[in-house]
Amino acid sequence: MTGVGTYFWTFLRRDRWMYVWWTLGLTVLYYSQAVSVDGLYTTRAEFDRAAATMEQNTAFIAMAGPPRALNTIGGQVMWQASAFGAVLVGLMSMFLVGRHTRAEEESGRDELLRAAPVARRASLTAALLNALLANALIGALVALSLAAFPLPAADSLAVGVGLALCGWVFSATALVAAQLTSSTRGMYGLAGTVIGAAYALRAIGDVGNPALSWLSPIGWYQGMHPFSGVRWWPALLLVAGAGAAAAAAYLLFARRDFGAGLWAARPGPARATPRLGTSFGLAWHLQRGSILGWTAGLAVLGIAYGSIGDDVGSVMGDSQTGHDVLVQGGGDLVDGFYAVALVTLALIATGFAISSALQPRGEEDVGRVEPLLATPLARRSFLLAQVATTVLGTVLVLLGAGVGLGAGYSLVTGDAGRLLPFTLGALGYLATLAVPAGAARLLYGVAPRWARLSWLVLLLGFVVLFFGPLFRLPDWVQALSPYHHLALVPAEPFHWAPFLALLVVGAGLSVAGQIGFARRDLR
Amino acid sequence: MNDAIIEIRELTKTFGATRALDGFDLSVAEGEVHGFLGPNGAGKSTTIRVLLGLLRKDAGEVRLLGGDPWSHAPELHRRLAYVPGEVNLWPNLTGGQVIDILGRLRGGLDEKRRQELIARFELDPTKKGRSYSKGNRQKVALVAALAADVDLLLLDEPTSGLDPIMDSVFREYVERFRDQGGTVLLSSHILAEVERLCDRVSIIRAGRRVESGSLAELRHLTRTSVVAELARPPAGLAEISGVHDLDVEGTRVAFEVDTPRLDAAVGVLHRAGIRTMTATPPTLEELFLRHYGDDLSAGEGSPETEETA
Repeated sequence: MTGVGTYFWTFLRRDRWMYVWWTLGLTVLYYSQAVSVDGLYTTRAEFDRAAATMEQNTAFIAMAGPPRALNTIGGQVMWQASAFGAVLVGLMSMFLVGRHTRAEEESGRDELLRAAPVARRASLTAALLNALLANALIGALVALSLAAFPLPAADSLAVGVGLALCGWVFSATALVAAQLTSSTRGMYGLAGTVIGAAYALRAIGDVGNPALSWLSPIGWYQGMHPFSGVRWWPALLLVAGAGAAAAAAYLLFARRDFGAGLWAARPGPARATPRLGTSFGLAWHLQRGSILGWTAGLAVLGIAYGSIGDDVGSVMGDSQTGHDVLVQGGGDLVDGFYAVALVTLALIATGFAISSALQPRGEEDVGRVEPLLATPLARRSFLLAQVATTVLGTVLVLLGAGVGLGAGYSLVTGDAGRLLPFTLGALGYLATLAVPAGAARLLYGVAPRWARLSWLVLLLGFVVLFFGPLFRLPDWVQALSPYHHLALVPAEPFHWAPFLALLVVGAGLSVAGQIGFARRDLR
Repeated sequence: MNDAIIEIRELTKTFGATRALDGFDLSVAEGEVHGFLGPNGAGKSTTIRVLLGLLRKDAGEVRLLGGDPWSHAPELHRRLAYVPGEVNLWPNLTGGQVIDILGRLRGGLDEKRRQELIARFELDPTKKGRSYSKGNRQKVALVAALAADVDLLLLDEPTSGLDPIMDSVFREYVERFRDQGGTVLLSSHILAEVERLCDRVSIIRAGRRVESGSLAELRHLTRTSVVAELARPPAGLAEISGVHDLDVEGTRVAFEVDTPRLDAAVGVLHRAGIRTMTATPPTLEELFLRHYGDDLSAGEGSPETEETA
């Protein structure tokens, strides 16, 4: 097929950093499980007891997969990393396929290349090969790293092969989605739904009807049973599934026009609702999807943490290290665990706060702010609407995290008493998140070119929170992190002083940014 | 001139080391369609963005609708509508939604004209921003601007993606807007468009105005192309100053002549007996080439010195 090689090398070149980061991330995901399990339990009995507790926790099983050989390091690695890992390679495959097929067609760049003497299916084939290669690379590194840990070689290989093949199935289904839909957004929506459905099917299957797990590629992967009597035939199911989906994609490709999908684009409303015609209405509308997504995501994560219930003690084992991490300065282990869970959720929610504060920067870069500011809309009002959207969105995302955590806990323990404290605890982090969001706003208003540096605040918070005590970072470095000051609810009682202080700092940064924006050139 | 809608004097704007506008002057009177001509990168968009208060001037005087465009942007924007050169729409909003949003931010738009414009421009208002072509994105911005009740239109190369039929619809509405007393600043490098629509023209090059005036005023500075079939070979044509590119083949002559010397040249032809003759007035294309086409180092602002044989 003429042109496949050229396309393929171009894709490799464009994706080289994606290759690096995804491979690194997934290898670390698996390898770190092995390290942490190895370090957590000091005695055999302790490990067995923790495994027994986990095996009976339905919420864990729904999240992770069928519990097998949980009293071995390999069994723990497979259980804790495989479902999450499969979803991640699914997402990577979706992005890799999407950005070279549907996105290129939508932007019109592919048209330019297809006018050159290349085969019709060249870009399709190269995009598929590119995704297959990336997954194979990840599978190989995961297998090698686990075998080097050292875990049994054949089982480690099965973990890697299964993961790569899962990625292959999701690459091929993403390729199908690219033929059906006519927009990149729609394609990601459809391919993402396939991944979500695969995860959900195996979750329902693993806790209830095992037959359902066999409808999901993630179920096939976990059906390979690495570290608990590995078997290879489910891998054939994955290969067959990937092959069938790829064949379907090629068939569909031959039946559609360039630039179109088999599903016609749906028309939208011809008129805007009255609310859209205001600065806030528009800002909210543009961020609505992202706010919903983050809220739902953090709620699910909250439920996941919460569903550990009161079993924190047995899951953590008797090891002193585990306790020390959670109970800094004494107190109840369960409270300590949920305090760390809350600050972790807040750290993740910061991703929303910063990206929301940076939203107008992206809009300005592509020239969508200019026509708005050419109307009687004042700069002040434009940015104030953005600030309001970020604040309101952050409140919702934190609410999602807190309610999720409380709901998960209540469901497992039958005790609803912690729902309110967890929710209020999560909302308290609004003050913390105001600082990175304010920093982003300030940079956007004053030096938009450098606005992305505001992500460093999140990085600083992450390092101080998780490595501060370990590396014995000096106090003043730790004090730089906005996550360092708030009382760790529910392990410590809430204090107003740090809450208000952080809020004032965040608001100050934000106001400075707004003043800067009113005075600078639009880019 | 106190009825100036736009008055720019000695405007300077730099981006780092780049001098985008370098002592630029522009004056647009009320009720005129003013063509703003220049090659890409000459400073047209920068000027418009200063006029919109999106960029802050470094030096010079800028008045828009009698006010300072930087400090009074929102108030002044009530009286104007703007169509950017590169229209980027929100991918998940429809064209109809965008027209409404811009209209409402502007304080409302003329419902009847909105419907009429959508029909005339053959725009599908239910398509999402991401699926519009460049021309259709431009139509969305044009409908939003032309349906607004304003005194001034700032149009930055508004028709570069439109086909000729839509182009004529656009001209019709601009003319109607002018006839109702509106003022238009139309930046373009499509010369035919400026020629058909504009009352006066300012030409910008490298951040400076090099020429400004009505089309008639600018035309007298340029050459007319003459092709004639004569009874006898002409005598003394080459001696007339202002005749260029003379080509005589027996009784057939073709040349270009500076318009003020047209009478003298035709006199020579007349004495040789004119059988047929065509004289083509200069197009803006030629005006433009004189400033940007060849030897531009001769100087700014004084076209007389730029003659090249």
